[in-house]
Amino acid sequence: MVEDNNAIHGDQPLLVAERLGKSYGRLVACRDVSFALYPGEVLAIVGESGSGKTTLLQLLSAQLAPSAGKVSYRMRDGVLRDLAALGEAERRFLFRTDWGYVHQDPAQGLRMAVSAGANVGERLMAVGWNHYGRIRDTASSWLERVEIDIGRIDDAPRTYSGGMRQRLQIARNLVTEPRLVFMDEPTGGLDVSVQARLLDLMRNLVSELNLAAIVVTHDLAVARLLSHRVMVMKGGRVIETGLTDQVLDDPREPYTQLLVSSILPA
Amino acid sequence: MTAMIDIRDAEKTFTMHLQGGVELPVVRGVSFQVQAGECVVLSGPSGAGKSSILKMIFGNYRCDGGKIGIRHEGAEIDLAQAEPRQILSVRRNTIGYVSQFLRAVPRVATSDVVAEPLIAAGMAREQARQQAEGLLRVLNIPERLWGLPPSTFSGGEQQRVNIARGFISDLPILLLDEPTASLDAVNRAVVVDLIDQKKRAGVAMVAIVHDDEIRNLIADRIVDVTSFAAAA
Repeated sequence: MVEDNNAIHGDQPLLVAERLGKSYGRLVACRDVSFALYPGEVLAIVGESGSGKTTLLQLLSAQLAPSAGKVSYRMRDGVLRDLAALGEAERRFLFRTDWGYVHQDPAQGLRMAVSAGANVGERLMAVGWNHYGRIRDTASSWLERVEIDIGRIDDAPRTYSGGMRQRLQIARNLVTEPRLVFMDEPTGGLDVSVQARLLDLMRNLVSELNLAAIVVTHDLAVARLLSHRVMVMKGGRVIETGLTDQVLDDPREPYTQLLVSSILPA
Repeated sequence: MTAMIDIRDAEKTFTMHLQGGVELPVVRGVSFQVQAGECVVLSGPSGAGKSSILKMIFGNYRCDGGKIGIRHEGAEIDLAQAEPRQILSVRRNTIGYVSQFLRAVPRVATSDVVAEPLIAAGMAREQARQQAEGLLRVLNIPERLWGLPPSTFSGGEQQRVNIARGFISDLPILLLDEPTASLDAVNRAVVVDLIDQKKRAGVAMVAIVHDDEIRNLIADRIVDVTSFAAAA
């Protein structure tokens, strides 16, 4: 087989959700979600507020225990494991190294009072790096990669603009070379001009690093730019799924047609 | 000889749920083949479904019935039944598409927009950029524009950037939706020449062109889409 750095046809799924559901008493937040995500594949979960997309993201990233079904993840040894059955050390490995989680509000994903360099270096130290010079070099090269001026490495993110904070959060997540990144409305709180720059950056990083990603967004333009595949949610269910441009250009379900036709022309 | 594209009885209907579930039949019984090195031009009045057929061959529009057979990595794959990741693989390695309008990420430089398909296929960035710039030169895009995002370019310039992006890869199938619509005579001739080179390289092409002169220059065969009209 020809070498391909965009190994979407890696033939073993990285993450598998089977009939996943979550209810709070009689309230069903999410039900019967099944899909497989492959290495290098970007999946967008779209839908309006209350559709269950954030609950689904939390279930997939093991921050919330499902009421039904299960999520399995292929560990670096190649074995597909049920997330609910992982030991503490394995869970920690996932959260600190193999996964990234980009929050909509960077203040949730960063430590706002410590320097940018330390924010990035901290994740390296958590996986056992202890050479200060190497940590600082790696942190600087990541700041450069997300287009943050190295002169700002010792400043705390609370002195950063919204767009810079979001780029710093991305650097902090990617420094450990995760294979899967979860993103919750990653461009949500940003100005449109800043959004475009961030999207372009994320798109390049995802393809260069062959990252798999699950992106929750209500913005169909974000889904179009970033994702290969899209799942449309409504009332806690996945109502339509397919190749991103197929779902957006040829939507089948009434609700998806409504979503697509509700985009205001620029 | 095996066809590169083998379409049998493909059909497409839009159901407009927001307009009370109106059914809008687009095409029915679409059947034709395209061989390597051949350029088939779809003809018919606007609204006959030419663009829809092109989009079905690219997997952009879903197919409600029939088969869209594509020769992909030595075997035939039916895009009407394929999984999303199979369609992505077909687009990466087999089918290129030159749309009428450029849809680029804001902020990305023209030379990178054009080089992207090569980089996605695994070529080193520098080499890909050099090839991109070579093609931009052939298409008469001035060098001072290469570092700028194409969003501010004129319609004709954007279309040429789009053509460069579509023609840069060595993919065995190419779909062309009005590739010369907003070009002047000089650049139309450049595109005709590029299409000729692709033919000699054995690329199978399906094109939509309204200009009779261009059509006569590039078409090996014309498929009249009106015979697939679905309206009863």
